Amino acid sequence: MKKIEAIIKPFKLDEVKDALVEIGIGGMTVTEVKGFGQQKGHTEIYRGTEYVIDFLPKVKIEVVVKDEDVEKVVETIVKTAQTGRVGDGKIFILPVEDVVRIRTGERGEKAI
Amino acid sequence: MRGVLSLIILLGLSGLGLAAEEAKLDTGNTAWMLVASALVVFMTVPGLALFYGGLDKAKSILNTIAMSFTAFALVTLTWIAVGYSIAYGDDILGFMGNPFQYFFGKGISGINPDTGYPALLDLMFQLTFAAITTALISGSFVGRMKFSAWLLFALLWSVIVYPPVAHWVWGGGFLSQHGALDFAGGTVVHINAGVAGLVGALILGRRKDAALIPNSVPLVALGAGILWFGWFGFNAGSALAANETAAWAMINTTVAASTAALAWMFAEWLHAGKPTVVGISSGIIAGLVAITPAAGFVNLVGAVLIGAIAAPIAYFAVALLKPKFGYDDALDVFGIHGMAGIVGAVLTGVFADPSVGGTPGLIYGNVKQVFVQLVGVVVTMVYSAVLTAAILLALKATVGLRVSEEEEVEGLDSAEHGEKAYNF
Ligand SMILES: Nc1ncnc2c1ncn2[C@@H]1O[C@H](COP(=O)(O)OP(=O)(O)O)[C@@H](O)[C@H]1O
Repeated sequence: MKKIEAIIKPFKLDEVKDALVEIGIGGMTVTEVKGFGQQKGHTEIYRGTEYVIDFLPKVKIEVVVKDEDVEKVVETIVKTAQTGRVGDGKIFILPVEDVVRIRTGERGEKAI
Repeated sequence: MRGVLSLIILLGLSGLGLAAEEAKLDTGNTAWMLVASALVVFMTVPGLALFYGGLDKAKSILNTIAMSFTAFALVTLTWIAVGYSIAYGDDILGFMGNPFQYFFGKGISGINPDTGYPALLDLMFQLTFAAITTALISGSFVGRMKFSAWLLFALLWSVIVYPPVAHWVWGGGFLSQHGALDFAGGTVVHINAGVAGLVGALILGRRKDAALIPNSVPLVALGAGILWFGWFGFNAGSALAANETAAWAMINTTVAASTAALAWMFAEWLHAGKPTVVGISSGIIAGLVAITPAAGFVNLVGAVLIGAIAAPIAYFAVALLKPKFGYDDALDVFGIHGMAGIVGAVLTGVFADPSVGGTPGLIYGNVKQVFVQLVGVVVTMVYSAVLTAAILLALKATVGLRVSEEEEVEGLDSAEHGEKAYNF
C-alpha cells in the first residue's frame, strides 16, 4: 500500500475529489496548509504599505491506496489539478506499512 | 460645549441666589442627552476596542481590547474624582478649574439653566469624552507595552493632560476666551490623543515586527461602523440640546464620513493599486475626526470638502510619512486622529458658515479665524507632547514601559493576560 500526498491549489480541490471518486477512490483526508516553493508569496496592502506574505494557501490531499492503484490516482490528480502555471503543487508517494479500521479491527488492504 | 461657561457662573451664583431652582426641566433635551451619552460610551466599549483589536495581531488582540476597556473604566473614576472639576470647575488663571470643586459629584444638582437638563448629565456626557480620548492613545502603544504601565499611564494622562485642555477650550479657559472653534472636540480629543500617540510611539520604540497586518478585517469594519453610529452622540450631542444645531451636527457628521470613506478609498486605489476595506474603514474614521470640530459650524458643502481634504492627507501621512520617519505608531493614532484632527480644526476656520453656527470663517471674510484655530492646535500639540513625554519617561524610569522581547514575540495575550482570543 502507498500513501499519496498531493499539495494542490485550493480552487482545484472539488475537481480533484470528483475525479478520484469517479475512478473508485472511497476515502481521503484533506487539510488546509500553507507553503512556498518556486511560486513565491504574494503581497497584501494595508493602509498604503505593501507586505510580502511568504506562505501561500494550499490544500493537502492524503489518499492511501493499493499498490496497483497508485499510477491511476497520480495520473488523475495530475490531469485535474494542472493549470500549467507555477505553484500547481507536488505529489509525494510514501510506503504504508499497515492500515487498521478502528470500527472492526480489520487490517491491511481490507481496511482501506 | 458652548454655554458651559455660563453654567459655571450660574452654578457659582446658585450658592447665593436661586437661579438653579427656577430652571425648568426640558424633557426633550434631557432625553437626547441621556441617549447621546450612551452612544459615546458605545464608541469606546466596544467600538474602538473592536476597531483596534481587529487591526492588531491575533496574539495581542485581547490586550488591545483590554487597553480600551480599562481606559474607559479608569477614566470614569478619575473623571468623577477630579477630572471634571479640573475641566469645568471655577477657572484658575485661565489654565484649569478648581480641582476639588465637584469631588465625586459634590455640589452637582438641579437643572442646568442653560440647557434645561439635569446638571448631572454634564458630568456623564463629558466623562465619555475623557474616556474615549484616553482609550484612543492606546492604538499607538499596542503590541509591546506592559499592561501595568498602560493602567498607570491612563490614570495619570486622564488627570494631567485631558482635563486642562478641555478647560481651555470648553471650560472657560484661555482658548475659548480667544475664540477658537471646537464644536465637539477636534482639538481636545483628537489632536490631543494623536500627539500623545506619536510621542508615545517614539518613547516606547519600535516593535520587533511592526507590520500592520490585521487579524480580522470584519472586526475592523464592525468597529468603524459602531464608531460612526456612536459619533452621532459625540457630535450631535455636543449641541447640548435637541435642536437645529444638533441636526446640523448629525448630517454634517455623516456627510463627512461618507465623503472621506470614498476619498481614502480612491487615494489608496490610485496610490497602492487596490480599494481595501481597511482603507474604507480608515477613511470613515478620518472623516469623523475631521468634522468633529466643525460639525455645528459648517454647511453641507463645507462638510463634503472637509471629508474630501482630510482623508487623503491622513492616508498619505500613514502611507508615506510613517515609513519615512520610522516611528511605530502601531494603529495610526497620529496619522488618522492627529492629522485629520489638525486638518479639521484649520478647515473649521475656513468653512465656518455664520448662518449655521453664528461664526464666519475665512470664506465668509473672517480671515482671522484660521489663525485663531492654528493657535488652538499648536498650544494643544505642545502641551500634549510635553506632558505625555513627562508621564511616559517617569514611568519608564520607575516601573518600565515594555514587556520583554520574548513576551512581545509570544504575544501579549498569553504573556500579560494568560488567555488566547481564538481557541480551537
Ligand atoms: N520540497 C517540498 N516539500 C514539501 N512541500 C513542497 C516542496 N516544494 C513545494 N512544496 C509545496 O508545493 C507547493 C507548490 O510548489 P511550487 O514550487 O511553488 O510550484 P510548482 O508546484 O509549480 O513547482 C508549495 O506551495 C508547497 O506547498
